[in-house]
Amino acid sequence: MSKQAFKVLGKPVPPPDSYEKVTGTAPYTFDMELPGMLYAKLVTSTEPHARIKSIDYSKALQVPGVRIVATGKDFPVRIGIYVGDRDMLAIEKALWVGHPVAAVVAESIKAAEKAIDLVEVEYDPLPAVFDVEEALKPDAPLLHPDIANYKISPAFKPVPGTNIANQFRMIKGEGEAGFDKADLVIEKTFKMPFLHHAYMETWNTIAHYKVTGDIEIWTSSQSPYAPRYLMAMSLGVPVGKIKMRIPYVGGGFGGKAGVLIEPLVAMLSKKAGYKPVKLVMSRAEQMRSMPVIAGYKAYAKIGFSKDGKIVAYKVRFLFDTGAFADYTVNVARTAGYACTGVYDMPNVYCESLAIYTNKVPTTAIRGFGYPENHWVLERLMDMAARELRMDPVKIRSINLLRPGDPTSTTGYGSPLRADAGDIQGVLKTSAELIEWDKEPEQPKEPWKIRAKGIAMSLKGPSQPPNAVDAAIVKFNEDASVDILVATGNYGQGTVNALRMIVAEAFDLPLDKVHITWMNSTEWMPYTWQTVGSRSTFTVGQALLRAVEDAKRQIFDIASTVLKVPADQLELADGKVYVKGEPWMSIPLTEIVNGYTFPNGQVLGGPIIGRGIHSPGILSYLDPDTGQALPINPETGHSEPGHATVFYTFGSTAVEVELDLLTGDIKVLKATQVYDIGRLINPLTAKGQAIGGLIMGMSRALYEELIFDDSGGVANPNFSFYYVARAKDIPDDIRIKFLETPQADGPFGARGFSENVMIAVIPAIANAIERATGVSITELPMTHERVWRAIKEQRPDLIEKALKAFQEWKNASQG
Amino acid sequence: MAGRMITLRLNGQERRVEVEDNETLLYVLRYKLKEMSVKSACWKGECGLCTVLMDGKPVKSCMVLAVEADGSDIVTATGLVKDGELSPIQKAFVEHGALQCGFCTPAFVVAAHHFLQKNPNPTREQVKEFLSGLICRCTGYAQIIDAIMDAAKYYRGEQKASP
Repeated sequence: MSKQAFKVLGKPVPPPDSYEKVTGTAPYTFDMELPGMLYAKLVTSTEPHARIKSIDYSKALQVPGVRIVATGKDFPVRIGIYVGDRDMLAIEKALWVGHPVAAVVAESIKAAEKAIDLVEVEYDPLPAVFDVEEALKPDAPLLHPDIANYKISPAFKPVPGTNIANQFRMIKGEGEAGFDKADLVIEKTFKMPFLHHAYMETWNTIAHYKVTGDIEIWTSSQSPYAPRYLMAMSLGVPVGKIKMRIPYVGGGFGGKAGVLIEPLVAMLSKKAGYKPVKLVMSRAEQMRSMPVIAGYKAYAKIGFSKDGKIVAYKVRFLFDTGAFADYTVNVARTAGYACTGVYDMPNVYCESLAIYTNKVPTTAIRGFGYPENHWVLERLMDMAARELRMDPVKIRSINLLRPGDPTSTTGYGSPLRADAGDIQGVLKTSAELIEWDKEPEQPKEPWKIRAKGIAMSLKGPSQPPNAVDAAIVKFNEDASVDILVATGNYGQGTVNALRMIVAEAFDLPLDKVHITWMNSTEWMPYTWQTVGSRSTFTVGQALLRAVEDAKRQIFDIASTVLKVPADQLELADGKVYVKGEPWMSIPLTEIVNGYTFPNGQVLGGPIIGRGIHSPGILSYLDPDTGQALPINPETGHSEPGHATVFYTFGSTAVEVELDLLTGDIKVLKATQVYDIGRLINPLTAKGQAIGGLIMGMSRALYEELIFDDSGGVANPNFSFYYVARAKDIPDDIRIKFLETPQADGPFGARGFSENVMIAVIPAIANAIERATGVSITELPMTHERVWRAIKEQRPDLIEKALKAFQEWKNASQG
Repeated sequence: MAGRMITLRLNGQERRVEVEDNETLLYVLRYKLKEMSVKSACWKGECGLCTVLMDGKPVKSCMVLAVEADGSDIVTATGLVKDGELSPIQKAFVEHGALQCGFCTPAFVVAAHHFLQKNPNPTREQVKEFLSGLICRCTGYAQIIDAIMDAAKYYRGEQKASP
C-alpha cells in the first residue's frame, strides 16, 4: 500500500477541548444549574418482585422544601430502544430490589434526601427468579406477562408467556449435523458476570417542561437523537418539541446509549409546575437502580478435523438481562450473529436468548456482545490447540476468514469485502510484538510462573439497518469552517478525528476547522446514535460528502469569476486556484458569503455543505435462521445483506505472571494490533487502545456485580466493585496499527474503539492455561477463583510451589 | 442546625461561607462556592475525583468536613492556571493525551502537581503507586503516567515553565 501524503492526518493532535478539561472549566451536566431549578431523588423498591399495594407520601410532602412526589401512576408508560419494557417509575409491580417506585422533587437535594425516607410503600410480595435457567422453566414467575403489547423493534422476537425477551437463532451449513465430521469435539460452559460500566460521571439530567409544551433537556447521554425520539414516542409528545442538549459527558462506554432518565425528569418537571428539575444518580443508585451490563451463561461445543480446521460450532448463550431487556436484546443478538468471530466455519448452530430475571436491568456496553462471544470462542481455540498439539497462532491462522473470498463467509452468510483488512497480518504482527516464539523469562520466585497468551478479535457496529447520519459544514467570514454533527464527544476522540478529516479534505489548517462542545438536536443534523465504533466511519463519510457539496458551490461561484470551467478549479491553502495556473486565484474569504464584484453586485451566498451516510447494504437477519435478508435489487446493491458496515480485525497478546500460592495474576506485558484502515490521530488512537486494554484487563481480573439473596446488588461502590487502578497496569504496552484502507471509509478508516477491549480477556486466560493446563471458563479471574481452579485441576502445582516457597524461606532465613 | 461562618482561600481568593457542621468540603465547594472543577463519582472517598490541595496537601474533599477547612488554603485545577497560561503539568496532560472524557482530569492534575513538587525525580512505580487512590476509567493510566514523568523536568527546574 503506497503511503499517501497527508497534511493533517497521521499527526498526534490533542483534542481542542483538552484545555478546558485540564483546568476543570469544561461544563458537564453534573455542573449545570438553571434558574429556579428543583432537585429530584428516587425511592426504590426493597422487594425483588411485588405488587405495589399502596404508596403513602403524605409525610414526605411535609418536609420543608418538598414540592411533589410522583409514582408510577403519574406516568404509566413504557420505553426502550428495541424492546419497550422499561417503566420510569414502577407500574403496579416492583421487579427488583432497587426498582424506582417513586420520585420526590424538592427545592434542595437535602430536602429531597430527607423526604425519600418518609415515603411508605406497602408491597404484596410475589415469587421472584434470579437465575436464567430457573427463569426458563415453565412454572417460573413471569416479569413481563404483557410483553406482546409492548413496542418492539421488528428485528426482535420476544416469546410471550415466557421470560424470553428475545430469541435469536443462526444456522449455517448443516448446523449441528456438522459435528459428524469432527475428529475432536470440545464442550465447555462459560460464564460472565454482571458488570458496571463505571463511567465516572453518573447519569444525570436536567429537564424543563415548558408551559408551551416544549421540553428542554440537558443530559449526560452519548447522543441526542435516538433518546429524543424514544422519549417522544413513549410520552406522546411531538418529537420536534423536545430540545435535547448534551454538554461535556463524563464517559459512556455504551452505558449512556439509548434513552436514560430524560423522560422521567421531563415528567417530573411538568408535574412540579413546569420548573426545571435535576436528577443526579449517586454511585449506589446508579449500580442498584439503573441499567448495568448483562451477565451470561453459555454452553459451547466445537468440532475440529485432525489438521486443525473448525468443522462445526454450536453455542447457546443465555443472557441475563435483569428486569428490563431494553437494549440488551441486541447485545444478545449480536453475540449470536457474530459468534463465529474471525473464523470461517462451514457449520454453525447458535442460539442466543435474552432472559428476564428479578435483578437490576441491563443495557448496551462497549464491545456489545463481542467481548462476550470472544470469551467463549477464543478460549475454545486455545483448548483445541492444546488437544491437537498445535501452536495457538497456527490454529488461528488456518481458520481465519478470508476477506474477498466468496466461499469464506460470516455465520450469517455474508462474505467479507476484499478490503476489510489484513487479517493474517494482524495475527502475524501480534505474534511478533509479543515475541511469541521466545519463552518468557521466569521470575526468581519459583512459585510464580510467567506465560504468554494470544487472542484475536473482530468488531463491527451493531446498528439497525436504517441507522443514517447527516453532517453539515458551514463557513465563517474568515473562511474557517464549523462542523455540525450530532456525534457525541465523551472522550473517544471521534469529533477531533472528524475535524482532522475535514481539515484534510478542505486543505485547511486545523485551527481553521472548529467543533463545539454543546451537542443539540436544535442545530446538529440527524445522527442515529454515537455507539458501536461507528461514527468516524459513518459520520466521516457524511462529512466528506458535505465537503464535496461545499466545494461544488465554491467552484460554481469561482468559475464565473475566474471565467474557467468549474472542473479546472482546485481548493488549497484557503484559496480557489485554476489548475496549473496558480497565479489565477480567489481567496476563500471572498467566496464564502458570495462573491461581490467591484460594482457591488453579489454572486451566490453563504456556502453550506451537506452530506449523508446511508448504509444501504444492511438488512435484518432472519431471527429463526440468522441469515441476512436479501437486499432489494432496485437499490443497486446485490444480495445477501450484511449485519454491519465494516468489521475491524484485532489481536491482543499478553505476558502474565501467575502466583501459584495466591492465584494472583499480573499482566506484565500487553501488545495490541488493529487494522484500522487509516490512522487518523496516533495520539488519541493510542489512548483508545490503552484505555480499552486496561478496561478489558479489569473485566478479566476484577470486575463483578455481586447479588445478595434478594437479588439486590451487594457491592454498589468502588470499594467492593474494584476497577483497575494505576498500580495494576503493565509497564510494557505495545500498540501497532495496520492500515489497509477500506474504499468507502473516510480516507480508508474503520472504527476500532470497542475492539480494543475484546481479545485481552481470553488472552489472559489462554496464557494461564498454556503454562499450567488450568482451564478457566468463568470471569472474573480473581485470586480466589484462580487459586480454586488450580487446586481443583492441578493440585500438584500448588504443592510444588509451596515446597519451593518453604525452601526459599528457609534459605533466606539461613 | 445552626450554620457557622468559615473563611478559606480558594484558588488565591478569600471566600467566606456559611456552612452546617455536617457539610463536607466537597459539598460546600460545589454547591455553595460553585467551584465546579471539583468533581465526584462516589461521594464517599473511593474514587478520588474530588481531590483538592488543602494547605498544599491533597485531600479527598468528600472526606473533609467544611468546618475543618476553616482558615485553609484550597487549590483546585482551575487554580493552577497562572495569567491564562496552563501549568506545566496541565500542558503535559494535553500533549500526552492523558485525558479522554476529562471528568477525572482536574483531580489527577492537582494530585500530580503535589506529587511532583514533593518528588521531582520519580520512578514509574512511584507514580503508579501514588495515583492508585484515583480512578480514571477512560485512559488506562499509561498516558497519565507518561505525562507526569515528562512534566517532572519542570519541577526539577530543568526547563522553564512556559517553553
